[in-house]
Amino acid sequence: MEFVLEIARVVLYVVGILAFVGFNASYLVLLERKGSARFQLRHGPTEVGPFGLIQPVADAVKLLCKQILIPKNVDVILFFMAPILVLLPAILCMVTIPFGATIAARNFNLGLLMVFAFAAFNVFGILIGGWASHNKYANLAAARVVAQNIAYEIPTLLIVVAVVMVTGTFNLQEIVAQQAGGFWRWNILRLDLNPLQPVAFLMYFICLLAETNRAPFDMVEAESELVAGAYTEYSGMTFGVFFMAEYTNIVLGCCVATVLFLGGWQCPFGLVPGPHWFLLKMYALCFTVIWVRWSFPRVQFYNLLNLSWKILIPVSLANIILTALMLKVF
Amino acid sequence: MSLDVQNLDRETFVVNLGPQHPATHGVLRIKLTMDGEYIVDAEPVLGYIHRMHEKMGENRSYAKFLPNMGRMDYVAALFNSHGYVAAVERLAGITVPERAEFIRVITCELNRVASHLLWLGAYLIDLGGFTPMLYAFDDREMILDLLEAVTGARLTFCYFRFGGVANDVDENFVSGTRVFVARMRSRMPMYEAFVSKNIIFRKRCEGIGVISAETCRRYGATGPVIRGSGVAYDVRKAEPYSAYPRFQFNVAVSDLCDNMGRYRVRVDEIVESLRIIEQAIDQLPGGPVMAEKVPRSLKPPKGDCYFNVESARGSFGVRVVSDATENAYRLKLRSPCLSNLHLFRECSRGMLLPDALAMLGSLDLVIPDIDR
Repeated sequence: MEFVLEIARVVLYVVGILAFVGFNASYLVLLERKGSARFQLRHGPTEVGPFGLIQPVADAVKLLCKQILIPKNVDVILFFMAPILVLLPAILCMVTIPFGATIAARNFNLGLLMVFAFAAFNVFGILIGGWASHNKYANLAAARVVAQNIAYEIPTLLIVVAVVMVTGTFNLQEIVAQQAGGFWRWNILRLDLNPLQPVAFLMYFICLLAETNRAPFDMVEAESELVAGAYTEYSGMTFGVFFMAEYTNIVLGCCVATVLFLGGWQCPFGLVPGPHWFLLKMYALCFTVIWVRWSFPRVQFYNLLNLSWKILIPVSLANIILTALMLKVF
Repeated sequence: MSLDVQNLDRETFVVNLGPQHPATHGVLRIKLTMDGEYIVDAEPVLGYIHRMHEKMGENRSYAKFLPNMGRMDYVAALFNSHGYVAAVERLAGITVPERAEFIRVITCELNRVASHLLWLGAYLIDLGGFTPMLYAFDDREMILDLLEAVTGARLTFCYFRFGGVANDVDENFVSGTRVFVARMRSRMPMYEAFVSKNIIFRKRCEGIGVISAETCRRYGATGPVIRGSGVAYDVRKAEPYSAYPRFQFNVAVSDLCDNMGRYRVRVDEIVESLRIIEQAIDQLPGGPVMAEKVPRSLKPPKGDCYFNVESARGSFGVRVVSDATENAYRLKLRSPCLSNLHLFRECSRGMLLPDALAMLGSLDLVIPDIDR
């Protein structure tokens, strides 16, 4: 009986997470199109369904129907492996995200570590895709993405280490549980534990943009320089999968930020905690990501690296030292 | 950030930037020899949109060739027509009524503002910022509506005639232009806050794409490119024509020599153009808009004439040689974009690809104007 229940649980969560990922990928695109339209004095999609709400379905059908072009001299296996390698780890990471006190596919002690272990795969996928495409623009973009992701992986992890020092656990459920009570108990405002906590959150958010290759750090696409960067040779659903992966990574990054800094499913006033709070905070962050994209031009590549190596990494190291001192002294 | 191109012994590769590439705004092809992301050599390859305008000018009558002028620099089409009609008028000895000259100045300056707004949007897209384009286009739309009402076209205008302009402007145009000037002035602080003060934008412009005044002179660069390098050369002041000597305006100059300098010149020029438009509207005289007794089939006396106008992109010159027949014996068009493009090869050497593309964008090239 227990075995059957376990199987049912697994199936339920697999379907649930895939549905969540699919829903987010399609409707965040709609949100992005609608949102960018509003920022730009436009209307965005209005024709398909009320307020264009069915537009993602139309987009998906279009992508599925499109021919998948395979250019000459392409390493076919790697070429098709790349989109999967980008999407799959992002979905896997969703397994540990606690959406509510009891809603998490797997609650295990090294959850946070697992998220970052798998999230690092993202760069491999794009590198392989760019390299296998046998295209100069894609190669240039692949080289960029490696330098960029290495540069931003380090400060991300350093910031997370500081948070873990405060929480004392890698278990995402416990990290959220510790932040119960009210918004002043959230890690972002725990100035008694580390006065640099809001700065750490801001740095995490910048790293999140860079890690997910979002504007203003979208070196991997850079449409005005590298046509479509690493995705230049991808068409139809192979491109669609890259696209899904991009949004899944944004959702994942925002989930982790919500858990680590914004109290996960805790209510800001200590009333009715639950998944609705989690989703509210997570989507607010997602919206900010979109907002940033449509407000800023793209940074230069060397400024991007300078920002990481000269500002983010030293500050996040200082953040760790400060946290350690605070823990030792108080 | 630049590379010592002289002492280079590493492997390089060639990238074709264009003829269909998002950053070249048309069918411009640039053969880039690159070392990683550094540019070793950038060779512009032209001719993808060559339409033989000069030859066409020689085998059809003056009036029949006139619409062609709107197809060269289609972003600022009125300047081309202005140069051509003014050259032919000088050759044929036609005097243009005062009101027509004023209308020419007003419409040309409106066209200059529209062109600079389009450039602003396109340049920000080159830098990866999409949103300012739609704000710029929103303002440009008002100009196009105004010009559509008097010229009948929204882009490839053919409004000027030998001896004047095709239609007189009405009260709606005058009041509409006043409304536009006021609105555009109120929008300028928004552009400053939204674009000029943006830290990423400034990082991408300040100190990037430096072109010295000497280089500009050597390649014959004009317009905002040379003014962005600190040389106050403006045809409207250097060789005043039409009704320009009547108006008070400054030549926008910047000593920065970089992308920011060229950006500043264009933004300041929008403000100066608004000043000119306002004065011209206030002083708009009455009277006819076409000279009397312009023959239907124009046969200017034997002669040779060169006329220079300040287009939105620089000095646009037309040389007409007449042999007293219906067609010109020779027509030479001097386009500002061709000269502005050619300094790119020298200046982009050793630059990083994104910086070089930012510089290319700041030159404000219109490809049909280069190829003609």
